[in-house]
Amino acid sequence: MLRKMTCIECPKGCQLEINEEGGRVISLTGNQCEKGLAYGRQEIESPMRILTTTVLTEGLDLKLVPVRTDKPIPKARLLEAMALISGARLTHPVAVGEVVIKDLLCLGVDLIATRSVQ
Amino acid sequence: MYDVLIIGGGVTGAAIARELSRYRLKIALLEKETELAFGVSKSNSGIIHPGTQNPPDSLKGKFCVLGNLLTREIAKELGVDFKEVGELIVIFNEADRPRLQQIKAEGERLGVPRLRIVERAWLREHEPNLNPDALAALYAPTAGIISPYRWVYALAENAARNGVKIFLGHKVTGITPEPGNRRLNVSVSRTEEPRRSVSGSEVTFRARFVINCAGLYADEVARLAGIDDLTIKPRKGEEFLLDKKREHLVNHIIFPLPTPTTKGILVIKTSDGNPMIGPTAEEVADKEDRSTSDAGLQKVLAATRQLVPSLSENDIIAYFAGLRPVAGKDFIIRHEAKVPGLITVAGIQSPGLTAGPAIALLVVELLKKHGLWPHRKLSFQHYRPKTTHLFSLPVTHLPFLLEQDPTYGEIVCRCEMVSAREVRDAIKRGARTLDGIKFRTRAQAGRCHGGFCTTRIMKIMIEELKLKPTEITKRGPGSNVIVESRE
Amino acid sequence: MAAALAAYQAGVKDILLIERDQYLGGILNQCIHPGFGLHHFKTDLTGPEYADRFIKQVAAAQEIEVSLRSFVVRLTADRELTYLKPGGMVTLQPRALIMATGCRERTREMIHIAGTRPAGIFPAGLAQKMVNIEGWLPGKEIVVIGSGDIGLIMARRFTLEGARVKAVVEIQKESRGLVRNVVQCLEDFQIPLYLNHRVALIHGRDRVEKVTVENNETKETFELTCDTVLVSVGLIPENELIEQAGSPDPAKPNLPGLFVCGNSLKVYDLVDNVTRDSQKAGEAAAEYLKNA
Repeated sequence: MLRKMTCIECPKGCQLEINEEGGRVISLTGNQCEKGLAYGRQEIESPMRILTTTVLTEGLDLKLVPVRTDKPIPKARLLEAMALISGARLTHPVAVGEVVIKDLLCLGVDLIATRSVQ
Repeated sequence: MYDVLIIGGGVTGAAIARELSRYRLKIALLEKETELAFGVSKSNSGIIHPGTQNPPDSLKGKFCVLGNLLTREIAKELGVDFKEVGELIVIFNEADRPRLQQIKAEGERLGVPRLRIVERAWLREHEPNLNPDALAALYAPTAGIISPYRWVYALAENAARNGVKIFLGHKVTGITPEPGNRRLNVSVSRTEEPRRSVSGSEVTFRARFVINCAGLYADEVARLAGIDDLTIKPRKGEEFLLDKKREHLVNHIIFPLPTPTTKGILVIKTSDGNPMIGPTAEEVADKEDRSTSDAGLQKVLAATRQLVPSLSENDIIAYFAGLRPVAGKDFIIRHEAKVPGLITVAGIQSPGLTAGPAIALLVVELLKKHGLWPHRKLSFQHYRPKTTHLFSLPVTHLPFLLEQDPTYGEIVCRCEMVSAREVRDAIKRGARTLDGIKFRTRAQAGRCHGGFCTTRIMKIMIEELKLKPTEITKRGPGSNVIVESRE
Repeated sequence: MAAALAAYQAGVKDILLIERDQYLGGILNQCIHPGFGLHHFKTDLTGPEYADRFIKQVAAAQEIEVSLRSFVVRLTADRELTYLKPGGMVTLQPRALIMATGCRERTREMIHIAGTRPAGIFPAGLAQKMVNIEGWLPGKEIVVIGSGDIGLIMARRFTLEGARVKAVVEIQKESRGLVRNVVQCLEDFQIPLYLNHRVALIHGRDRVEKVTVENNETKETFELTCDTVLVSVGLIPENELIEQAGSPDPAKPNLPGLFVCGNSLKVYDLVDNVTRDSQKAGEAAAEYLKNA
């Protein structure tokens, strides 16, 4: 199957044409550098995304604390992660970078605060 | 049992309520919308006309001239800013001069004071941004400007202070004479009680007199009582507001020569400072059609650039459309012989804002003629304390306010400089919706259009009105601002 | 904050930072998505993290005094500045003044979209504040007007929050946002992007009900039902105070001792460039004070 995508490794935005079969890259054209090749392969084989969202707090001075995953997670599991996070409540103050949810969805990825909240 | 029941909380209803509240009467005012002035009155040019451009024998002309005088007096009593800015009806061709002279003569017959024709040199000096091709103009110095909604709210607040009961979200569904009794039974459906979910519940008001000033819906209300010779045709007008920075674009209200149906497309000064251009005039079928159009904008721009060539499309920060309730050529104000006790006040299109207080006087006369002999109250409160608006005060005055209440220093709306205290005051005086707060305070009415202040205002509403965030509306049921709040 | 810190590092020791909000960081606090700091800090940060790095530096610089919940009401040509703060009004005349007042969003009104004016029309940044700061969801079925970065990012944000984004409608032939955002905010969630189309009409009496979308070339139209319209059609510098002070062109203020930087000078795509600009302003102000 032929797939087209835009490489986002740099602002050039190369238009990649990828021939893939069953989630495996057979050939890739349109890239101008090695990064494009790696990007295309990753996007076909296991696309990953950093998730940023918010967690509700209780008894703190902000209603929501903004959070992100400390590493990318599989794109396919973003909504599952959102469902889990929407049920979470932060009840103690955190500083930027502190863990809010440990080992999210057993992916080996932590959800960390991106803003300090008292 | 009420002596008088007023249907419709626009400028006409509010002016009648305030006038009647001078007397020892039991009075109620019913409004179907969530707040007063949410119908015809909210989309208004805010001009207190001098009386020109009306046929000499019309009710419009007569009431406009008287209304102009009364409005000044009452505005002073109620602490509402009225500015006499004057108007110019401009001509570009010598051939139009006789028409201008005719308008002047007709105005003088109606008693419009101090009219005079001014020539090009005068215009250059007093109205420098006017098209230099302008030849002459009819100058009517008594034209003024007022905030139409603040005017309605002030009239209604003062009426309420003097005993008038105001019922919002009350839509009239039937009017029936009580057999053998000179009483009218008015059934009402309550549209506006979301918290108690009694929406749709019916109540009946009994009254000796009912005044139908239901604006666009005056014909439908009349029909409920069996009066079927009244038809209100909505005539749409699109208006475009310019940035306050252009406050001094014009010094007067600038008119072209009137057409048979309208006073034309104008360059208007408003009491908030933002110049306004418009309105268009277009018959529409739907009484709720307040949409604006690309064509309307182009028409207004073309027409007003003819008057003021430096006008820029980029200065437009807001636009809206209003509907004039047209019932023929003139106002219709009459007692309905077929339904004794019912008084119709319909077709109050321009100059209805100006005419309001004069119409109210006529309504009192009609009530007297038909059997109501009210006594004046000794305790009538003429005055209403002026509301505080930071934007209209010099900066040097602010420390005094801050001493009174530090929340005058919490600026909610940065474009128009409105404080948390002013928003709270607006709620205490009756605001229930975002639009109600906008009309009373100007918060959200500036160049960012609520981008920065909406959440701040909503939080004050949540606190003061004990609302859930999802219950906050822009202008009443169905116009909820958000759909979910994470809690 | 960047301007204050740069001036401080250049030797200015008496600095007042005036902020109208109750927190430092401005609009960065609601920009919870990543993509900040790749140039300045050589790492990918979210908006609040980027702000936090400056907040910590400002806190460490003892001579920078911060006045929160402070709103400037007047500025004169000779830099006399009047502001309101909890408990009173202050007037002062700094020897140098740096304006870092940011920008505001262009509105539906500025691009004259015709139709009705019901509830449910939001500047994208307001929707962002509602979702990310207040925890409010403005609507369930969204059409985004304009493919600016805020609009694209909000398309993803709304999708993650459970709303359905029906389309992004862009009047130009190309997206205005970064390629990365088109890919990760729209393509990831199969959100259609209509280029060379415009929203010609908004419908709905009380709440938005639908929009009419028009192809710029063929003039063909179609309708999209929705309860919410997000408007993301660009930003404009917020510099009314400089105008008030009497400078006709705020981008080139000709008032001695007055400096303008960041988005209040011109709108940047990247916060890193805003920071670089602001540092220059801080340094220029320090230089001015040495020579004055």
